Amino acid sequence: MNFTLKVWRQANAKSAGRLETYAAKEIPSDASFLEMIDIVNDHLEADGKEPIAFAHDCREGICGSCSMMIDGVAHGPVKGAATCQVHMRSFKDGQVITIEPWRSVAFPVLKDLVTDRSAFDRIIQAGGYISAPTGGARDANEILVAKSDSDSAMDAAACIGCGACVAACPNGSASLFTGAKIAHLARLPQGQPERYKRVELMVAQMDDEHFGHCTLYGECQAACPKQISIDVIGLMNRDYIVAMATKTPDMAGASGHG
Amino acid sequence: MELKSKVPSGPLEQKWDSHRFNMKLVNPANKRKYHVIVVGAGLAGASASATMSELGYRVSCFVYHDSPRRAHSIAAQGGINAAKNYQNDGDSIKRLFYDTIKGGDFRAREANVHRLAQCSVNIIDQCVAQGVPFAREYGGLLTNRSFGGAQVSRTFYARGQTGQQLLLGAYQALEKQIAKGAVAMHTMTEMIDVIVIDGVARGIVARDLTTGRISTHLADAVVLATGGYGNVYFLSTNAKQCNVTAAWRAYKRGAAFGNPCFTQIHPTCIPQAGEFQSKLTLMSESLRNDGRCWAPVKQGDTRSARDIPESERDYFLERKYPSFGNLAPRDIASRAAKEVCDEGRGVGDTGLGVYLDFADSIKRLGEKTVAERYGNLFEMYERITDENPYRQPMRIYPAVHYTMGGLWVDYNLMSTVPGLHVLGEANFSDHGANRLGASALMQGLADGYFVIPVTIGDYLAQAKLAPVTPEHPEVRAAEAAANDRMKRLVGIKGKRAADSFHRDLGKIMWEKCGMARNTASLTTAIQDIGALKEEFWRNVNVPGSDADLNQALEKANRIADFMELGELMCRDALEREESCGGHFRTEYQTPDGEALRNDDDFAHVAAWQYTGEGATPTRLVEPLTFENVQLSQRSYK
Repeated sequence: MNFTLKVWRQANAKSAGRLETYAAKEIPSDASFLEMIDIVNDHLEADGKEPIAFAHDCREGICGSCSMMIDGVAHGPVKGAATCQVHMRSFKDGQVITIEPWRSVAFPVLKDLVTDRSAFDRIIQAGGYISAPTGGARDANEILVAKSDSDSAMDAAACIGCGACVAACPNGSASLFTGAKIAHLARLPQGQPERYKRVELMVAQMDDEHFGHCTLYGECQAACPKQISIDVIGLMNRDYIVAMATKTPDMAGASGHG
Repeated sequence: MELKSKVPSGPLEQKWDSHRFNMKLVNPANKRKYHVIVVGAGLAGASASATMSELGYRVSCFVYHDSPRRAHSIAAQGGINAAKNYQNDGDSIKRLFYDTIKGGDFRAREANVHRLAQCSVNIIDQCVAQGVPFAREYGGLLTNRSFGGAQVSRTFYARGQTGQQLLLGAYQALEKQIAKGAVAMHTMTEMIDVIVIDGVARGIVARDLTTGRISTHLADAVVLATGGYGNVYFLSTNAKQCNVTAAWRAYKRGAAFGNPCFTQIHPTCIPQAGEFQSKLTLMSESLRNDGRCWAPVKQGDTRSARDIPESERDYFLERKYPSFGNLAPRDIASRAAKEVCDEGRGVGDTGLGVYLDFADSIKRLGEKTVAERYGNLFEMYERITDENPYRQPMRIYPAVHYTMGGLWVDYNLMSTVPGLHVLGEANFSDHGANRLGASALMQGLADGYFVIPVTIGDYLAQAKLAPVTPEHPEVRAAEAAANDRMKRLVGIKGKRAADSFHRDLGKIMWEKCGMARNTASLTTAIQDIGALKEEFWRNVNVPGSDADLNQALEKANRIADFMELGELMCRDALEREESCGGHFRTEYQTPDGEALRNDDDFAHVAAWQYTGEGATPTRLVEPLTFENVQLSQRSYK
């Protein structure tokens, strides 16, 4: 198969970027989208030209590194798939494909298609954990968790932190990412003691990172490679209201915005 | 040099306990005076960083990823073993110990493996406390499944994403410590060298992958948790960035490399589709619980799977290993699949594949139950191959998956360079010549949560370390060497992309040092790699600058190390004149084609000591003594 690529090239965070055109020739239909870029890059490198920089690693949809807007759609045309899980058989021979990095104020471009997603780590730092220092844990089977709770916690915990939700959201909101972690932990008995403090601190951090507000467009769940439901945003919002309504002076003091 | 394993004396069951009592402690108020560098934040690195900082040590953690959540541990699918005996099926610490030693074909250290089995029960408790959503029964209790090489159900799992959930647990614990200021996290920073002063590891040289800046970082101890080197084969189930560079530079600074030729070829991977392929995808071993492996009886049978009648199918694992059947260990299952394909009975366009069939399970359990157990794996398979495994059997073929070899460490997880510790897949310690399924996650977390946090204190309490400054000549020299290497790579300006060398290296390794090896293949491989290396340093083209985000440079730097490692692997495979576990020398096999060990001459660890550029490394030997198990030929029949 042959394609014409229009790829966002940007030298670094400070310089202006532009779309450059490349020919992707003789691409096998079984090649993945990233393998198609590998082929283009091999040619560029052999000619002494700088290859297209892009984040990638596991290439099986679990590490959350890959992150491309393909023809304006986060992770491209295949539902429930990360960019690395999209194969060229999903495109038409001769098609023009536009490839851009995630677009969000909170994810500055580092080079070409590589963005800085450290804001997600800082949201987790704000409270996306259960405080359980190593040692002293009681026997695992002493904590009973209903299968339905465990399953729904797992549904939310499946988030790979890729940022497609933010990239797809017209508001650039990180609510699906943040809500997924809040829901994962809130659905388990182990997560209860810190439940309301967690939601307060994580939501505050989300605001500090300049993510937009959620107005329930639902674009995030459509783009999510793990098909996480926006129900988690509902849970987050409800818990946030409870947290605000029951806020104690101690908790106010603790909210250091990360 | 003598390899001192430092295994404590006393009965096996009491070694770890008495060792913990005998080790020196660092007073809580003094812990913050010590600075520990951890390289890598997979299961081992993240759990070690979090736990050591909880104890009070000052920790700096370095990863080349943009976030510690992306390490390749995240891709582990199947599960994690623990001797909980929740299923009341006769499991115990002793049984897990025995299965692991036997599974490793009696080439691992007894004391380490027993400690691993002991720690396994604490790991599950710790992970559940953190909120890891392991699979459960309707009554709320944890559930288990069986896994290759074991006859009990001791594997805990979180759908097909166990590694992800365990890693996120450790990552979240790490992020909590980062927020507290207890861990200094350096993302997108790749370790380029170890700084060794007066024979002791005192820091690292690192490269900021965004700016290209080389910097030095000093500490009281260095911990490498940098994973395995399966990508030396180019095609493997490893993530694309997995590399040997950190371990290799440590080797070149004096850390002995243990059993480099012990690599694991996993039996159930999606076969390669073409030359363009950049990596191979694993289909979890758990699929063998309900899937049956078969190949056509006839050679070159081109009929579609469903058209081949039962009488013309060879369920080769069930036939050869009736008691373990489809659950035979990985090395054995892989070789059996290779044999079938070598006989011309392979399936698919390339003939390099066998079937993994779920038709019987779907009939017995119903499609719904099968979907519940393996739905996400089936989906993954269909997405890649465009074939529906509910309707037609999967095609699978072995692929490189894990490396049991790694930097040699003593019982305290310290390498032959004092102060340099190695955890997880990066060390050689626990899996012998073959790792059993669901044991890698167990080892990474045992090392990180429960072993290194204790043993590092013993080292620090006794090491009398003089202060070092960035101006120290050794620090300056290591920094300059790193800068020179980067400049040299971008300065070659040859005609070939770095990846093309990697593909060539992979082909050499797979064909000549892969599932089957012999003197002739290994000797040619060493020559081929020498020639490839020579061309690389003359003809690679690394465009762009070293002072920039430059992924071509990152690759070239790693590939240069892979070539040197490949040579050492072949040398190690050549010297080990026996077959054991994943190391199969065609000269040494039983009449029915099983691995033929030579316990008289090779019941030892071979650890290679670097002796300088171009010089033949020295092969050191750590004899393995088995006081608690009887060495026997592994039988899964």
